[in-house]
Amino acid sequence: MKYVILMQVDPAVLEQLTEEQQQMIGDGHTAFMAATKESGEFIATQALGDPSRSKVVRSVGGRPEVTDGPFVEAKEFMGGFYLLDVEDEARAVELATQIPDARIPGLALEVRPVVFADLGDG
Amino acid sequence: MTTPAEGLWRQLAPQTLARLVRTYGRERFDLCEDAVQEALLDAHRQWATDPPDDPRAWLVATARRRYVDRVRSDVRRRDREEREARLAAPLGDGTAGQGDDALLLLQLCCSPALPRSQQVALTLRAVAGLTTAQIANAYQLPETTIAQRITRAKRRLADTGALPRPDGDLERLAPVLDVLYVMSAEAHHTTSGAPARDADLAAEAIHLARLLHDAVPDSTEVAGLLALVLLTEARHPARVGPGGRLVPLDEQDRSRWDRALADEGLALLDAVTPGAAPGPYLLQACIAGLHASAPDAGSTDWTEISLLYALLEHVTEGRNPTITLNRIVAEAMVHGTGPALAALDRLEAAHPRLPRLDAVRAHLLERSGRTGDAAAAYRRAVAATVNVAEQRHLRERLRRLGQAGARPDPTPDVRGGEA
Repeated sequence: MKYVILMQVDPAVLEQLTEEQQQMIGDGHTAFMAATKESGEFIATQALGDPSRSKVVRSVGGRPEVTDGPFVEAKEFMGGFYLLDVEDEARAVELATQIPDARIPGLALEVRPVVFADLGDG
Repeated sequence: MTTPAEGLWRQLAPQTLARLVRTYGRERFDLCEDAVQEALLDAHRQWATDPPDDPRAWLVATARRRYVDRVRSDVRRRDREEREARLAAPLGDGTAGQGDDALLLLQLCCSPALPRSQQVALTLRAVAGLTTAQIANAYQLPETTIAQRITRAKRRLADTGALPRPDGDLERLAPVLDVLYVMSAEAHHTTSGAPARDADLAAEAIHLARLLHDAVPDSTEVAGLLALVLLTEARHPARVGPGGRLVPLDEQDRSRWDRALADEGLALLDAVTPGAAPGPYLLQACIAGLHASAPDAGSTDWTEISLLYALLEHVTEGRNPTITLNRIVAEAMVHGTGPALAALDRLEAAHPRLPRLDAVRAHLLERSGRTGDAAAAYRRAVAATVNVAEQRHLRERLRRLGQAGARPDPTPDVRGGEA
């Protein structure tokens, strides 16, 4: 069963992190990737650029139109995700608690089931 | 499974390929490359249990066998079988001509018959031993694009004339120098994030630059490039802080710089005839040399550095706005932050999305005591970069700024001027 763990971040929180906290987060993600690869549950992970780099394409008068900036203006945004193949939802949640962001106030992990996936050759 | 260090592969694969290409001809580049890949797989399988005494000789011999196997098994080429098989000449002593081979391969990949983008892709793959994925990452391009460039380059090489020899013709050398520069830069600024140096790639860039300098000792640009890669490598021990953190030049502990490498680079610069018309690599090396000679950022000869950047702008005809950005940084050290900030505004008007511009602005604003403006510029800089290490460094500066005094704006404008 595939789940995504969305990493919800807040830039105001990130910029207040001490070097030790940044180090702890970096090391924690490295360890998390190693562990889930070892267990065979890891499929992919991506970290995303800032939403100010986003372009939004949407229908305006029946034609696609491109605008700068994110779809939703918000203080928090999705900074990246893990795509995992796990036994059940309980396991996905258990794994989410192991991600270092779960110990930083103001950051959060959102666990959602995948209903369709095509991973290409990967 | 125990296998040789990545570095050994990276060194051996191009050498073996160079040997085969030299033996069988550039029109067989593809086949040679396939044969080398197969030999490397053989090595992976066999060396763990049965390591050879001379890995290089083993690889060359195996790749030649694989090459001959491939030619034999190819039905359409059956008529060529005998001729090709004869080419599997007995091995030499296994040591002669290594330098020549590497240079030959380098010059071949940088053949003037190829467009620049193909030269770079092919060299990074065949000479530097990078994977297609790594090259794609370095250039922020899809892997299929890089794979196509490499394929087309090999096809075009097969169609062109005689093998080039190393010579001092600067027009022919220019792409070779560019490629070595890209290797060195990529080794020290891993695009995907961590600032950790790719030690093997850095070493290979220096190795090839040395070979080129030996082959063309009179070229001041080659001497300049060698000095530049040496001086860049010399800074490495101080460039990566605890936990892989990026340490910018002005905060580096210069006692940790590799003095031997720096001195070698400086000696090269001293040896270059004064008065020679300086090219871009010599100028960049001179700038790196001034940094290497200064005990700290404060006592650096910023006046000379800003003049060198101005000269670099001139010889590159202003094509690279990053050079202008660096000149502005140097001038700020001489004339203060006020004129520099005005110059940044003008540069931004001409190049609105120039990388690092907001980071430079943030540093200058911080130095001039405009803490609130500095924080806003740092936030824009964090938002603009896709390099994780750089993001981390900028956030750290932002955090220190917040601790130093004025609190950051309570509603951070993360979108800033990017939109």
